[in-house]
Amino acid sequence: MRRGHRHTHCKCVSNFNGEISVVTVKSLTTANFQRQRKRLQSMALPPLCILLFLVFLLSATSTQQEEEFTEELLLKPLPDRKVLAHFHFQSDSPPLAAADESSSFDRHHHLFPKSISQLVQKYHIKAMELSFTQGRWNYERWGGFDSISSCNAKPPGVELWAVFDVPPHQVDASWKNLTHSLSGLFCASINFLESSTTYSAPEWAFQSALGSLRYGTLPREAVCTENLTPWLKLLPCRDKAGLSYLMDRPSIYRSFYHSQRLHLTMSTDPSDGSRSGIILEQTLTVVVQPSEQKAGMNHVSETKIQPSWSMSSIFGRKISGRCVLAKLSNVYLHAERGLVSQLENLQKNTAKFAANDTGPEDFRRNAGFELSVTPERVHAELEKSSSILYEYPIKEYTDTEQFDLGLMWKHPIVWSSPHGPLYASRFLMGSGNERGAIAISLKSTPGLVAANNVEERCKLKVNVLQIVPWYVKVYYHTLQLVVDERPQALTDFVERMRVSPSLDKVSPGVMEMALQFPCEMKSAVLSIEFDKGFLHIDEYPPDANQGFDIPSAIISFPDFHAGLQFSDKSQSKSPLLSKLQEKSPVLSYTEVLLVPLTTPDFSMPYNVITITCTVFALYFGSLLNVLQRRVGEEERLLKDKVANKAVFLRRVLSKLSAKLRGRSLELTPPAPSWSSSSSFVTPKLILRVLVVAGIAFAWQYYSQ
Amino acid sequence: MKKKKVQWFWTCVLGSIVLRLILLYFPKNLNLSSRPEVSTPLTSLRRLAEGYWLKQSSVSPYAGSMYHGSPLLLTLLGPLTVKRIEGQPDHLLCSLVFVIADVVSAMLICAAGEKLKVACSSSLQSLGLHNLSENSERLPSGDFAALVYLWNPFTIVACVGLSTSAIENLMVVLSLYGACSRLAPLAAFGWVMATHLSLYPAILIIPVILLLGYGPDAPPRKLFCQRKNLEVGNSTPSDSCSEEEAKNQLKVANVFSWRPVVFFLFWTLLWSSYVLVLCGICVQQYGGLHELFKRTYGFILTTQDLSPNIGVLWYFFAEVFDFFRNFFLIVFHGNILLMIAPLALRLNHRPCFLAFVYIVISSMLKSYPSVGDSALYLGLLGLFAYELKDMQFSFFLFSGYVGVSLLSPVMHNLWIWRGTGNANFYFATAIAYACLQIILVVESVSAMLNHDRKLTKLYIAKLQHIKS
Repeated sequence: MRRGHRHTHCKCVSNFNGEISVVTVKSLTTANFQRQRKRLQSMALPPLCILLFLVFLLSATSTQQEEEFTEELLLKPLPDRKVLAHFHFQSDSPPLAAADESSSFDRHHHLFPKSISQLVQKYHIKAMELSFTQGRWNYERWGGFDSISSCNAKPPGVELWAVFDVPPHQVDASWKNLTHSLSGLFCASINFLESSTTYSAPEWAFQSALGSLRYGTLPREAVCTENLTPWLKLLPCRDKAGLSYLMDRPSIYRSFYHSQRLHLTMSTDPSDGSRSGIILEQTLTVVVQPSEQKAGMNHVSETKIQPSWSMSSIFGRKISGRCVLAKLSNVYLHAERGLVSQLENLQKNTAKFAANDTGPEDFRRNAGFELSVTPERVHAELEKSSSILYEYPIKEYTDTEQFDLGLMWKHPIVWSSPHGPLYASRFLMGSGNERGAIAISLKSTPGLVAANNVEERCKLKVNVLQIVPWYVKVYYHTLQLVVDERPQALTDFVERMRVSPSLDKVSPGVMEMALQFPCEMKSAVLSIEFDKGFLHIDEYPPDANQGFDIPSAIISFPDFHAGLQFSDKSQSKSPLLSKLQEKSPVLSYTEVLLVPLTTPDFSMPYNVITITCTVFALYFGSLLNVLQRRVGEEERLLKDKVANKAVFLRRVLSKLSAKLRGRSLELTPPAPSWSSSSSFVTPKLILRVLVVAGIAFAWQYYSQ
Repeated sequence: MKKKKVQWFWTCVLGSIVLRLILLYFPKNLNLSSRPEVSTPLTSLRRLAEGYWLKQSSVSPYAGSMYHGSPLLLTLLGPLTVKRIEGQPDHLLCSLVFVIADVVSAMLICAAGEKLKVACSSSLQSLGLHNLSENSERLPSGDFAALVYLWNPFTIVACVGLSTSAIENLMVVLSLYGACSRLAPLAAFGWVMATHLSLYPAILIIPVILLLGYGPDAPPRKLFCQRKNLEVGNSTPSDSCSEEEAKNQLKVANVFSWRPVVFFLFWTLLWSSYVLVLCGICVQQYGGLHELFKRTYGFILTTQDLSPNIGVLWYFFAEVFDFFRNFFLIVFHGNILLMIAPLALRLNHRPCFLAFVYIVISSMLKSYPSVGDSALYLGLLGLFAYELKDMQFSFFLFSGYVGVSLLSPVMHNLWIWRGTGNANFYFATAIAYACLQIILVVESVSAMLNHDRKLTKLYIAKLQHIKS
């Protein structure tokens, strides 16, 4: 069933996109022409005036802010011999000029995808994020304390949230329409999020300050190139030129983790807050394992050394030039804090060893690794021994001279990525298909305690958002908290809690909690019991025995903000760098849980219906039989009684008729005729006819 | 002799209480409260605790699909689910309430049985069948029924498994006892509360009215009529009943006394408005009475929860095509209502037995049956031990009940826990259980009718003997 849906959507997508692209070109040009022509006709002025008018038009457009597009790529070696590639494309649609506001629908977009702007206009979206993810971000190894892990690490499958700028009663309707539109745009079964059982409205544990938010996930959505292609279509150069040319499908989908994200926000005009432009941020985050290259030959411990890589070895392609429409086209290489400090150590050691004073600040030729291309600029963080960013602007590369950034490791270096305050993981407890328990375990990370031990009584705030589908029937009163392996009273740690319990077949259960732990806490486990629901056979998916997914819980740390601080001001132009520097709250997603639910026998409906109905018939028939059975004498008596009754009735009727006849012989002539007919029309028959007539009359009356 | 008997009875009662208390002390090992046979969505204490928790955190207790019971029960039992005594098992206070409810209902059954016995023997004596009435004195059916109720494994399991059906049963028994002893306010209270708690006892209004109107079970009214005839015939020799005489008979023997019935109806009105007002106050800020009825009675009538129980409807509605769902809902609930009138017509001289039959039927056809319901009707069955002593298939029924109650948990385990069985296995035991109940109803009704026939026959034989 699900696959069927997908197929229809793919078709509709291709139509939809085709149409849109045609419409954008046609409508815009024709609209402009017609407007001009009308004005010309009405004015009927000589060509000079036309020229003046055109000049005026041009000047008008030039004063208006231009739409901008930037493309950036961040590469980062990860501690576990993998490489993170983070593509970041940003399209800005500037705020509308006051004159254009009325005709916002037929607005011309040079770079900004029109389908997205139409979406925003139509559903009054304030902010929206859609992500397609495959694989799970490894918070322990790949880091959990930078903006990439808290903004771009997403739960598997599809995640969509949107904030609407509509009155509260229209939010659900807008959400439903939005899911269908996105489903068509991105060729995915996002339309499943339409059903009220799949989305929810968290109030404060997730993206709190934005307003009427709706949040939904589809953990089982398979993400593939059919989702990437429409996403690439939103870019002005698609994947034909520029950085997106690197997106070789096999190498992307071979990766350990890839997450393709689309983020929409409204940018408010600083002059007056009312008019707003759209910022469309498209990112693709890939974690790939570079294939082993022949690295440094002069090392003994060659197995321990990180694999050297280059862009061509990762993606199988090289950058042959920038997207000409892009305002900014940069590639960055990010060496994170742990790596840099290790490098410094290494440098010191080698410096000591060789007594060679080259200066520790010269990171371009450091001892740990070698870059194949010399970076144009190096951004270092303000603090000492903190992360370094190598910047490579892509401008002068052409088809003949391609850009291929490579990294050659010279020494084996072991480092670790910055950890989040707590590792969060979630697991199921219990066996069998009747009940179970969900446990969210929070473990402190080594770095945190060291960092925060300075303060005396520091508190660690944790927000938990847990959404469970309705067929996982959670007993909220069984919520238990075990801190440092000792059960604790909830009230000591829970600052705030909001529960909206699930309604069968209507809405999922949402639990939002704000917890506060002492910093010296080692581990905490939240557990909550549930019963497994039983569904109607139509509600099971085709592969019912695989189980059902509980979407990821979201653990956020409102007091911690991930963000790098670079010294020089030049990066303000680059959206990626400003994103990296932005103080975003640390956020992590837990695992998706797979809950097997008991299945009925899918082949049985007819048997069950017939057997049950037989049992009921047996009950009804045999009981009625017992009740109306007469034995021996009773039967005789009954016959007598019936006869008596008939005699009695006849007697009564004859009396009645006699009375009637006696009284109304002269007054009512029809009476005798009726009484005479009563001799051959039995009273029983009349009664029956009357009853039937009464029923018919009542039926007629009530059916009207 | 009698004292000895009384002592014996009380030892048995005490023994059952002690057994319950012993079982209460290891509820974790037994884990009865999560058995599908014991706790249905309506009677589970865990759901009640959840509802109470939601209410405490100022959410409507009916906000989720967890609690579907009465708000009064929530306010009474809710605090007990939270309170814990140090070193004692959880829910000890609650289970003590259930033990008390069980004992009280057993006592009420016992008292009702006494009333029935007295009425029965007096009516038999008035018919002149003294030997039969003496016969019946050998078996104190009230005590017997009370002990059956207390020692029935189903009752014990329902009590230890923390199912609120103990309280529902208490209310049903209360209303029957009140009707037997012609206490209209008590009968009305029991009936209103039972209806409020689980809806199905609403049909008991017919036997309760009959009980209040005609008095407890007696042989068919025809016999009294003939008895009067006989007496009249002895004094003045005439063969046919004249109208005047008939009027006299009605007055003397089997008058339908309207006074207690009107009282009952009045008290019913009073109690139900009282309960409604209390409920209204309880759910005032959570959507009012409409929401309450939707969440309780609506939930019962639409069979939304498809989790397995010992009934057959869960699997039926899990499998049936959605298009026909409403139709079958109407059919199955109509099946309960359909049999009310024929049974009431045929058994109107035995209102207590009529109530028993209604209880069996409703506990068989209700949307979420549990063993607590079976416990009630099996206890009441003891009241008619004498009348039903010639019942057919009684051994088969007994072994059937034992077999199903052993097999059903096994099949459930195979299906849910081990995954080696399949839903049909468990459903088969549910079907077998339903069939057993059907046989029980049919056979008990037919045995009761046969008993009446036997009485008639004996009486006619006696009449002929006197005449000749």
